[in-house]
Order: sequence, then structure tokens, then C-alpha cells
Amino acid sequence: MKITERKPPILKYILLLACWLMLMAQIASAAQSSADQPPGLSMAQQATKSKEHWITTDHSKHEILKQDFKSGAEITAACISCHSEAEKQFHKTIHWTWMADPSEKKNEYGKAGNSLNNFCISTNKTADAGCLSCHPGWGNSKQTSVNCLVCHSQKSMNFDEAVTDIKGFLKEGDEESREMAGEIQAELREAVQKIIRPARKNCGSCHFYGGGGDGVKHGDLDTSLAKPSKALDVHMGMDGQNFDCTRCHTTTLHIIAGRVYTRPAATERKSLVEDDLTAKITCESCHTATPHEVGSKMNDHTDKVACQSCHISEFARVNPTKMSWDWSQSGKLKDGKKYKTKDEFGKFDYMSIKGRMKWAKNVKPDYFWYNGSIKSVTAKDKIDPSGVVNVSWPEGSRQDANSRIYPFKVHAGKQPYDKVNQTLLMPLLSGKQGYWNTLDWNGALSVGQAAMGLPYSGEFDFIETTYVFPITHMVAPRDKSLSCTECHSKTDSRLANLKGFYMPARDASRIINYAGWGVVFASLFGVLMHALGRFFSRGNGRKKEE
Amino acid sequence: MATNGTMKNIYLYARFERLWHWLQTFLIIILLLTGLEVNGVFTLFDFETAVEVHNFVGLTWLIAFAFFVFWIFTTGEWRQYIPTTRKMFSVVRYYMYGIFRGEPHPVAKRKEAKHNPLQRIVYLILAAILLPVQMVTGFLYWGYNSWGEWGVTWLSLQAVALVHTAGAFAILSFIVVHVYMITTGHTILAHTRAMISGWEEVADEASVGDWEYKTKAA
Repeated sequence: MKITERKPPILKYILLLACWLMLMAQIASAAQSSADQPPGLSMAQQATKSKEHWITTDHSKHEILKQDFKSGAEITAACISCHSEAEKQFHKTIHWTWMADPSEKKNEYGKAGNSLNNFCISTNKTADAGCLSCHPGWGNSKQTSVNCLVCHSQKSMNFDEAVTDIKGFLKEGDEESREMAGEIQAELREAVQKIIRPARKNCGSCHFYGGGGDGVKHGDLDTSLAKPSKALDVHMGMDGQNFDCTRCHTTTLHIIAGRVYTRPAATERKSLVEDDLTAKITCESCHTATPHEVGSKMNDHTDKVACQSCHISEFARVNPTKMSWDWSQSGKLKDGKKYKTKDEFGKFDYMSIKGRMKWAKNVKPDYFWYNGSIKSVTAKDKIDPSGVVNVSWPEGSRQDANSRIYPFKVHAGKQPYDKVNQTLLMPLLSGKQGYWNTLDWNGALSVGQAAMGLPYSGEFDFIETTYVFPITHMVAPRDKSLSCTECHSKTDSRLANLKGFYMPARDASRIINYAGWGVVFASLFGVLMHALGRFFSRGNGRKKEE
Repeated sequence: MATNGTMKNIYLYARFERLWHWLQTFLIIILLLTGLEVNGVFTLFDFETAVEVHNFVGLTWLIAFAFFVFWIFTTGEWRQYIPTTRKMFSVVRYYMYGIFRGEPHPVAKRKEAKHNPLQRIVYLILAAILLPVQMVTGFLYWGYNSWGEWGVTWLSLQAVALVHTAGAFAILSFIVVHVYMITTGHTILAHTRAMISGWEEVADEASVGDWEYKTKAA
């Protein structure tokens, strides 16, 4: 065998070093997220480029809108004298019917039907007039004509009050009263002539106050969204895109996209790229199903994790929202009188007429599998009083291909139920016979159940319940989205309650890890002992070297 | 190592072999660090960085491994990995006893016989089983979203992750022993130097048995 000494070829080593450095650079760049704009953002910006709406009429020039209106019905008549089909269309919408599906007669889901919640519980099939202040007709009644102005007037005023006052003053008939009526009529005329597509405050006049007050119900929908900052809502932020609600809640025949009740707001996941006339109600409508940088692991999440889960890290970030409501504590009096106390947010945490309530800000959502449908217990359904009753809950499971992990606000309640019939009970709250006036549960429950056409045994108690709201508004700017370890964590994963699937970091096997470290440390111990043996025996190594 | 004859410098590791060795060392260390972070053992970078680096380096390794497989078969070096029981006992006895007594290593190195029987079996298990298992499970783990397309939905991610983690600990344990074993040459750094320069000082030819050569002695 011929062996010759040879000099290392310097050039080749330099080449090798260069390759090495390139590999290192590649690894480093894999570690850094690119500063480029992700494709989903570019897509959405394209889809929303033209922001200026335009119309071909000026409502202030129409003779019919220059009247001194004497009633709400006159205003509606003026509107439909041109918009002949508008009222017919609107009468079919859930905004008017308050029924999830008017053709479904068994369960009658809807707030005008047998649906209930754990806030004010029920509208008693609209017998509770207080609830109807949000019904878009004139006055607190479902029998009147549609009040177009609630959604379409730029002017903020209490239209019901205005027409009631006009009627009152005109009835009195004297000069001064007629003058007063004229002033209100002038204001109303201004409102009628300033017609717009619904703006944030139009929708907000009801939806920000769901549950009877600012931010009571949703947690992601309150008056903070009337003039939001970009930090609160990256789409609606006035210092950003300044979207109105209708930018995403697109409308066909007055049917507004985004209703989430018994059926999903969108049954298909498609973007404008696939269908240019699709509703823009989902994130994917504009952002597509793979909105993150090409090759990003985040794109692999979109089949099982809803955008909202990572991009809305907390809800109620400006105004507090109600997290629990215990009706069983109501009815207490101070010095024989009803009273209220306020919490750190200035919100009522106790009211004699309502009971004990908890408010919270910056709330981390709960996460559930969700296919877009909400399941619920109705006033007719039997409940199991042995545990907490889920009044509503998201439908979906890990196995369902249409389900994704989705954030929710879970509102805890304690509300009356019938001990004999084992159903939840619908007390009447407002009005003379209502609980808020009488503080008499038995009376309020009897009247309320009667209005529902449902039995009441006369024996009631309170039971703990939960009610869910999908969290979808208040999408934060992308630098505020969740980091991986919010969920991929052994100790405090946000998804700790979702079982049945393996999640890296959360679910690493303890046994394998203990065994693995055991083997590694045994190896270390072994070689250490061996080394000590060599050192002390001096049998091996340098000793014999020449 | 005590020698019973003259020492000789021989060119033991080809350039590609050394490049392969150190590249793989580098890749495996990065994979271990990032992999253990993804597993949740510690936080070194951040989770997202760990995942991205782990994926990139893992795929790099997979591609590089293909070159190694090509090399080992085209050069016939694969024969160095054929396991044998001959002298196995002497080698085990040497490391457990003889080494402390200053005895010579029972199996000398030659270019055509660079692995002793213990190395043969360990490196065969490593290169033919452990590393491929890591690559296959790692690739499956990486391609989790494509399982439907690949028709492997019957697999469980938990099982894949479990095997992958177990493999990682086995490799870490190998590294511990391997790093120690390379200090058992006739000097502490003799083996390390050989893997850098390719040249190793070995005992003279006479002490190598014919049976040890990967090919019949020429």
C-alpha cells in the first residue's frame, strides 16, 4: 500500500467554507420570518381597493321627503313609494321576524319564538315590550310598519320618541305645541333626507347594546366599535381601513350576511378569487384559506383552526363585558327600597331587579370545535337539573371536516327553572306585571310562561347555565396575534380542554421524555465512570506515548 | 494505545466522508436543540423559529443523506458496515477491562477495515435503522397536512411523534457515548484529528487480520 503525504488543496477548502456559510445563511433565513407582506393581506387589499360608494339620487331633493311627517307610518309610506319592494323584502328577514327559520314550527328557534338565553332570558314571544325597543318597526310593537330610518338615516335620534311627541303636541293643538311639533318635524325631515347605507352607528344602535346595555352580551361588539382604533379592530379602525359593518356583512334583498343561529353564517369556505359574488362574511372571503407567507406553518393550521382563534387574543379590550349573571341574588332591598352597586368599571355588579353580575375586560376566549351552528335549549326542552345546563353550545367536533377550533365568550348564568316540568322558565321582566316592577318571581313566571303558551307548575328554583357567543370582531393587528406557545405548551395551553388529538409541545409523552433522559443520563454516567477508570488506572492514553 | 510495532500514518477518511460526518454532526445538533424545544423541554429560540429551523434542517439532512447513500454504495464502503461477531468479545473485553490495563486494541484500523466489530454493529444500526427512522418519522410529521393525499390517514401523529422523540433521545445518547469513545485513541484527540484531516496514526499492517478487510486482501 502506497501512502504519500499530501498538502490539503486550499482552494477546495475555501469552496467548502463558502458552501458551509451559504447553508448557515439558509438556516438563519429559515429562522427569520420574512418582512414581506403575506399574500392573504395583499389579496384582501386588492379586494377592498375601491372604498367610495356612490348613488344616483339625492334624497334631500325628493318632494315626498319634504313633508311635515305626522307619524312613522307616513315616513315608511314615503320610502316605499319609490322603494316599492323594500318593506316586503325586509319583512322576510330575521331582523324583522326575530325567528331563525319561520318555516320551522316545531322548536321555533328565535328570540320571538322559544329561544332563550341567560341574560334577560326571553322576550316572552315579544310580549315583553321592553325588548321591542330594538325591533326595527315604529314603536314597541311588531305590528307596525318598518322603520327604515334606524338603519338608513345618518342622523342619530330616537325616532319612536320623536313621532310620539309630534302626535302628542299636535293633539294638544295650541300654538306653542304646534311650534314644538314643527321643530321635531324639522329634525325628522332632516333625518329622512339624509339617507345612507347603514353605518357603524346604525347597526350599533342595537347590536352594541345586546342584552340591554353597552357590551352586555357579545364581548366583541360594543360602543368601542363606533369609533374604533386600528389596535382594537384592524379592519374597522378609523386610523386604518375604517370599514363599516356592511363591508363584511354584505346584503342580498335586505338579508344581511353573518347571522349565526341554528345555521352557519356561511356554508362554504370560498374566497372572492373563487367566486366574485360570494358574501364577504368570512375572513377567507378576502384573505383566502392560505393567507400567510408561502411555506409558512400557519397556512397548515387553517383547516382546523379558525383565523379568529389566533387573531383575536382577547375580547372586550376597551369596554368591559358581562361574564356572569346570577338571578337568584335578585330581590334584595336596602331600607325597603331597590338598590344597585357599581364595580371597578363603573358597571352595575348588583341590582335588586337583576341580581349579581360580573364584568370583565381583556378576556381570553374559551375554545371549542365549531362548524358554524349553535345548538340551544328552547323554552320547551327538558333539562337535566343535576348539573350546569348548557343553554347554547357550539356544534362541531374534531372529526367533523367543517369544524374548526374557534374562540367563544362563555357567559355563566343562574336562572329560574321549573322543578316539576324540568324546563327553564321565562319570566316577564318589564311592564306592570313584570319582575322588575314586582320583584315577585312566582307572578312574573306565571305571566311570562302564559305569554309563551307554556305551562308553569308553580315550583321553581335557580339553576346554573352557560351561553356562548362566537368571537369574531375586534381582530387585532397581526403583531398582536397569538404566539405559538399560547397553545403549544405543556403547562398553560389555551387549548388544554380540547382532547383527542396530538399537539406538539402540549402532548409530548411524559414517559418517553423521562425514559429518554434516563438513557441519556445513564450514558453520561457510564462514560464518566469509564473515564475515571482510565484516569486512575493510567492504563490507557498518554502514559505510554513516546 | 500501546503498540506492538511501529506506528504508521494512513489516510483513513475520504474528503466526502469527513464532510458528511461534520455536516451531519452540525445538522443533528441543530435538530436536537430545535426538536427538544418543539417537544416542550426548554425555550431556546422561540417556538416558531424552532419549528421553521427544524423543518428546514430536517429536509436538508434528508437530501444530504441521499448523497451519502449514493456514496456508500458506489464506493463499496457499505461493506465496512457488515456486522460480524468475530473478535466482538475481545473488543468488548478490551473496553471493559483491557483499556484500564494499557492493553493494545484487539482490532487495528486499516483503510479497508476502519470499523472494529463493535463499531460495525453500532454504525449499521445508526445509519441503516435509527437515522432512517428519524428521517421517515420526521418527514411524516412535517407532511402531516398532506396525509390525506398520501393515503396514510391511518397513521397517528401521536405515534409518529413518539417514535421520533424516542429516536432523538437514542441519537443524543449515541452522541454522548460517541464523543467519549473518540477520546480512547492513542491520544485523546487522535481520532478527532483523523476525522478532520483524514489521516490517522495506526499500528502497522501486520496486526490486521485478513478477515477484517472489506474486500479480499489485494
